[in-house]
Amino acid sequence: MPTIVVEVMPKAELLDPQGKAVAGALARQGRSKITGVRVGKRFEIEVEGPATDEILAEVSVLADEMLANLVIEDVISVHFAGADGFGHDAEHDFSTGNVTNDTSFDEASTPEAQAEILKGIS
Amino acid sequence: MAPRIGVVTFPGSLDDRDAQRAVRLVGAEAVPLWHGDHDLHGVDAIILPGGFSYGDYLRAGAIASLSPIMSEVIDAAGAGMPVLGICNGFQMLAEAHLLPGGLIRNDHGNFICRDQRLRVENTSTAWTSAFADGAEITIPLKNGEGGFIASADTIARLEGEGLVAFRYLEVNPNGSMNDIAGLTNPAGNVVGLMPHPEHAVEEGFGPDTSSAMRSGTDGLLLFTSALHSLLARA
Repeated sequence: MPTIVVEVMPKAELLDPQGKAVAGALARQGRSKITGVRVGKRFEIEVEGPATDEILAEVSVLADEMLANLVIEDVISVHFAGADGFGHDAEHDFSTGNVTNDTSFDEASTPEAQAEILKGIS
Repeated sequence: MAPRIGVVTFPGSLDDRDAQRAVRLVGAEAVPLWHGDHDLHGVDAIILPGGFSYGDYLRAGAIASLSPIMSEVIDAAGAGMPVLGICNGFQMLAEAHLLPGGLIRNDHGNFICRDQRLRVENTSTAWTSAFADGAEITIPLKNGEGGFIASADTIARLEGEGLVAFRYLEVNPNGSMNDIAGLTNPAGNVVGLMPHPEHAVEEGFGPDTSSAMRSGTDGLLLFTSALHSLLARA
């Protein structure tokens, strides 16, 4: 069963109080080379196979509509686990060939490119 | 017949009963509504109360904003029904895009609970019409994620169109942009604010005032405003 990873970060231009608190704690530990921390979220979403661009695009839309609030956050990445080697069943995905190494969706995930893929779904 | 004001209870709502009580104190009928229903039970106005719906999972108010009843709330708001979001309810209104911007963790990282001074910046909404122009009030504030943020364009539009309903005075308690404590939509029927008017409606249980401890009832006028708006329509 493929796993899709969605990564969400607070918008770069906005204050991230959580990251600031972690950075402060690291500074108190003497980690003086660390100059900043920002804290985001990683969702691991299991979907029924196969691993297709269509299901990636569908999850990508959900990411924009629900998993992230685009007023305060950005969706950084939507990709199959295994494409980055993380995720609880990433290895399984690799061994079963459920996941490709194709990262073209990530690279092409501009709104225009997503819209193009969406046309194929509906 | 007294206007009927619904108060929606979500999993993790805390101040629904307080909001119902405030509604009754001004002479309206309080109608408990349930998040899982697709039914507003014929109410004339709606309050989304404070609390920590769904434990603030995902984002504060995010999961509640997708509750079954919210589709009816969004339709009713679009049709002009008065809707008030208090604290977590304000976060839901922002997540449901009934009000612009978003609410993030307080800039100082701490939960804050204090009696907060505010200025009522817009007295032409369904929930503020009973206030005098520029009225200054004190009501309790208690939140961990009350920092209002929006893009520069949105902030300019909110200020330019007079859509800031409440502004923090003296102290900005959570890092909100432009000291924004609450907003209205352009039609004036949807209002959201982080502080809690329903906790300042009865002497003995409100904020301290110069005349007596715990005697502040500045929050009452929000509910009076709604009552007047509804009676004026009837």
